Amino acid sequence: MTRISEASITSPIGRDTPRVDGPRKVSGLAQYTSDFHFPGMLYAIPVEATIANGRLLKLDTSASEKMPGVRAILHRENIGLIFRSTFEAPFGGISVERRPPFEDDVIRYYGQYIALAVADTFESAKAAADAVRATYAKEKPNVDTHLVADEDPDVVMTTYGPAERLQSQRGEVENAFANAPVKLDQTYVTPAETHNPLETHATTAIWEDSTLTLYESSQGVVNLRGVLAQMFGLPKENVRVITQFVGSGFGGKLWPWSHCPLAAAAARQLSKPVKLVLSRRMMFQSVGHRPLTQQRMRLGATRDGKLVSLQQDYIYHKSILDPYHEDCGEATAFQYSVPNLRVTFGRAKRNVGAGADMRGPGRVPGLYATESAMNELADQLKMDPVKLRILNEPKIDESKGIPFSSRHLVECFELGAQKFNWSSRTPEVASMKRDGLTLGWGMAGCSWMAERFAAAASLHLRDDGTVRIACATQDIGTGTYTILAQLASEKTGAPLEKIEVSLGDTALPEGPTSGGSMATASVIPAVLAAADGAISALLSVAVTTPGSPFENRKPDDLAFQDGRVFVKQDGLNKGVAFSDLLRRANLRLVSGSGSSPMSLGNPKPKFSMHSFGCHFVEVTWQPEIARLRVNRMVTVIDAGRIINPLTGRNQIVGGVVMGIGMALLEHTTYDPQNGAPINSSMADYIVAVNADVPPIEVHFLDYPDKEINKIGARGIGEIGLAGVAPAITAAVHHATGVRVRELPVKIEDLLV
Amino acid sequence: MHTFEFSRPADQAAAIAGASQAKTAQQGADVRFIAGGTTLIDLMKLNVETPGRVLDVNRLPLDKIEVTSDGGLKIGATVRNSDLANHPVVQRDYAVLSQAILSGASAQLRNMATTAGNLLQRTRCMYFRDTAMPCNKREPGTGCPAITGSNRMLAILGTSEHCIATNPSDMCVAMAALEATIHVQGQKGLRAIPIGDFHLLPGRTPNRETVLEPGDLITHVTLPRPIAGSKQVYLKLRDRASYEFALASAAIVMTIAAGKVKLARIAMGGVGTKPWRSPEAEAALVGKPADAVNFRKAAEAALREAKPQSENKFKIELAKRCLTHALNMASMS
Repeated sequence: MTRISEASITSPIGRDTPRVDGPRKVSGLAQYTSDFHFPGMLYAIPVEATIANGRLLKLDTSASEKMPGVRAILHRENIGLIFRSTFEAPFGGISVERRPPFEDDVIRYYGQYIALAVADTFESAKAAADAVRATYAKEKPNVDTHLVADEDPDVVMTTYGPAERLQSQRGEVENAFANAPVKLDQTYVTPAETHNPLETHATTAIWEDSTLTLYESSQGVVNLRGVLAQMFGLPKENVRVITQFVGSGFGGKLWPWSHCPLAAAAARQLSKPVKLVLSRRMMFQSVGHRPLTQQRMRLGATRDGKLVSLQQDYIYHKSILDPYHEDCGEATAFQYSVPNLRVTFGRAKRNVGAGADMRGPGRVPGLYATESAMNELADQLKMDPVKLRILNEPKIDESKGIPFSSRHLVECFELGAQKFNWSSRTPEVASMKRDGLTLGWGMAGCSWMAERFAAAASLHLRDDGTVRIACATQDIGTGTYTILAQLASEKTGAPLEKIEVSLGDTALPEGPTSGGSMATASVIPAVLAAADGAISALLSVAVTTPGSPFENRKPDDLAFQDGRVFVKQDGLNKGVAFSDLLRRANLRLVSGSGSSPMSLGNPKPKFSMHSFGCHFVEVTWQPEIARLRVNRMVTVIDAGRIINPLTGRNQIVGGVVMGIGMALLEHTTYDPQNGAPINSSMADYIVAVNADVPPIEVHFLDYPDKEINKIGARGIGEIGLAGVAPAITAAVHHATGVRVRELPVKIEDLLV
Repeated sequence: MHTFEFSRPADQAAAIAGASQAKTAQQGADVRFIAGGTTLIDLMKLNVETPGRVLDVNRLPLDKIEVTSDGGLKIGATVRNSDLANHPVVQRDYAVLSQAILSGASAQLRNMATTAGNLLQRTRCMYFRDTAMPCNKREPGTGCPAITGSNRMLAILGTSEHCIATNPSDMCVAMAALEATIHVQGQKGLRAIPIGDFHLLPGRTPNRETVLEPGDLITHVTLPRPIAGSKQVYLKLRDRASYEFALASAAIVMTIAAGKVKLARIAMGGVGTKPWRSPEAEAALVGKPADAVNFRKAAEAALREAKPQSENKFKIELAKRCLTHALNMASMS
């Protein structure tokens, strides 16, 4: 019989753990960016362009300037110098919208900032901003939703560097497709979508003696510090960014946006703290969106369902200036086994604000297209879509010719099918009924990259038995505080309530951006190393402190477990708590620091690292009132070891809910006349509400992936959304017979 | 938001006297009553409503629901939507009204919103709510970008070339089917206005939405005596399951005797520029067998005059299915 060690019974890793920051959140003690107040603080409100294309001819600020409480109306003439920022290798200085605010008089998208009103109160600032009068030379904006790729060079610049438009290629794709016995050639469209975290973007800037402190709702304080330091010509050490809590970001808060330097410039000029909080309308204009995509998919297969060719040619809309790349082809080249493959992309410039990463950027719309095409191919072949996928499961990553670090997608399909009772499905349209409703069943697979950013952390063991772990990453609502506390607890034996986690401050060791579902995987090695460092320092103290029970022992004779130091051969029972040792030595603390390098962008990886999963969906359909609802879902996720299943499940469910919105509800509409994102409110941009969310069953396979870190944990922030939409559209087809290839599925699509 | 003066008139007379100083009681009113504020405050923040004076009527004694001497129901102007929807008499005798109110907004909004405020709810047309856009309703003569723009949610009945804005209320649709009367106290005394006459079609003056004049205070709404044995249904169709305005809705009050429709009062929401009573559908039904064929015929009659815009042709078929299904539900209830 295997002996279960005491440590593994008490290990906090893998245990459902309520958020350690929960009490602060529910009691209102958690300070979000707009909760910070400072003496003499001023309020800033940007003035937005009300055209999407043209020039700003004249700005009349005279009425605003005379209003009570108004301190300044800043614009191109008086904002002061703001530099452009640029990429800093290996992964810093990142910004999508590089043009500093007010740099020129050209208006390229609706809502572009043209001035900034600063006043003593929010109300005065708003009144002053409303009273600014702009005169424009207006030109017709191009917000056409039908995309034709612009003339572009073969290699284009993107946010993260150059990208080849022939993204991936192997075999002889054209011949293979031409000769394939079964062919599918369809185009799939996903609309522009807008990040709608409850907490809108917010900045409070404090400028004192050439130092800038920014309270910002940010998913990446370290990167933001670097960009702001560049924009204001300050050394990095003179800039501090603080983000204690984020009311979610969904990618919209990954990189800096123009409101941030605006607040800083106002603070510089007026020598007062300046707070700037975006309105919901501004959230639709100037802080990113998921671009509109149009993807032509061509699949060739044998009659028994083996893929022989796969082509994906996608186009997305982009803003006039910004290089954001919606990488819909990221997963295409390795998801399935196929000898002949080609992925290309094109871009179509539009008068829209910059695109930006939105939860599952690129891969989510990309998988919508590939998984939809697979579902259609299965129907064409009269084959179970689960079987089709298993039949085309690759043994290695065929795009790179390397093995996967850990891929259990087939097991995901099998478990999902079993939990959903997929085998009782009858494939004919509208063939399944229950309680007078028509049922539709659909499924799809998904994946998401698994990589690490560089990360550093420090850990203190303290004389009162507490532990402090510090890292300049941030908790964007996903549970990072709790994950770090669990890791520190695992290593030090301190209970969660004795662990202090400090995040979201560039004064701390540099931590990862909370993006790419990479924060957890990135911090693990750094935290473990920091803990090892602190423990090693503790053992030194133990053997050198006069009167210590371990005085004159060698550190190698000692071990540390469950918070106690002990002589290896004597066992844990004779151990001494670290707090006792520290007190005896009159030390407040011993510390350790750890860091780990970035895995992302490794030119010669040994393994292809990704998370995998699948979704099974049941919709109900009432043709008599054209009512379609998602009725139940089963999701299986293979994301390595799950450190906290409680918050992990929450992440997956949140992603699935967003997928329901993506499939059936969400789309940003640009007015064809003036280019405004016209549905710029939570009433008009509809997302799934509680009543739209059915029971969602989440299963984790929990296979540790030891290639990514010692714990074996990959990321889970985004994969829950990937693949939901194609599973739902497949279910819609099964129920209604209507194949919708342009999201979202609307009532009018089904009223046939 | 513009600066405004807030006051709380001591009684109805003072409220009316205060409001009488306004130049109009319609779009652009310089004096507004405030009750729940769920529409007004929202629009004031958007600068769509810019009253210089706001008169709080919350403490006027207009918050009672009472059975009248003739067996009808008197609903005070400031009765909260939640209280109205959950009132036992309303649930028993005017179920369509309860269902309609509960299908709208959210619990929080219904707890604030009032009867009179709901009667005066403004359209959700996105162009109306954005002062950077032209809008004939907000600024007469500036044009209607909705006709050439995003109009999926907008009206197909009662539109004009100047305005296609939908009336967003659910409550009003049920009240139209219940033949409510709106009681107004104004400078010239008391008026009782049938709900069908209360809201105006946009025509050339979409800025005028109701018959209210400066100084008019809605004091209460009356519902006629409940119709014995009437079957009542409110059915609302929309993109998501909750917290969204109707794409199409139907309010049904119907009696059936010996398998035939004896009385039918039918109104629709989400499709009209005002709460849309359909005498055409009612005429098509009365005296006919209460069956699916006749229900569909009634729906066809109700939508005969519908005029779709570029994005909302589907509303015609959706409204027909909504009405047909609501009649089916009512007949089987």
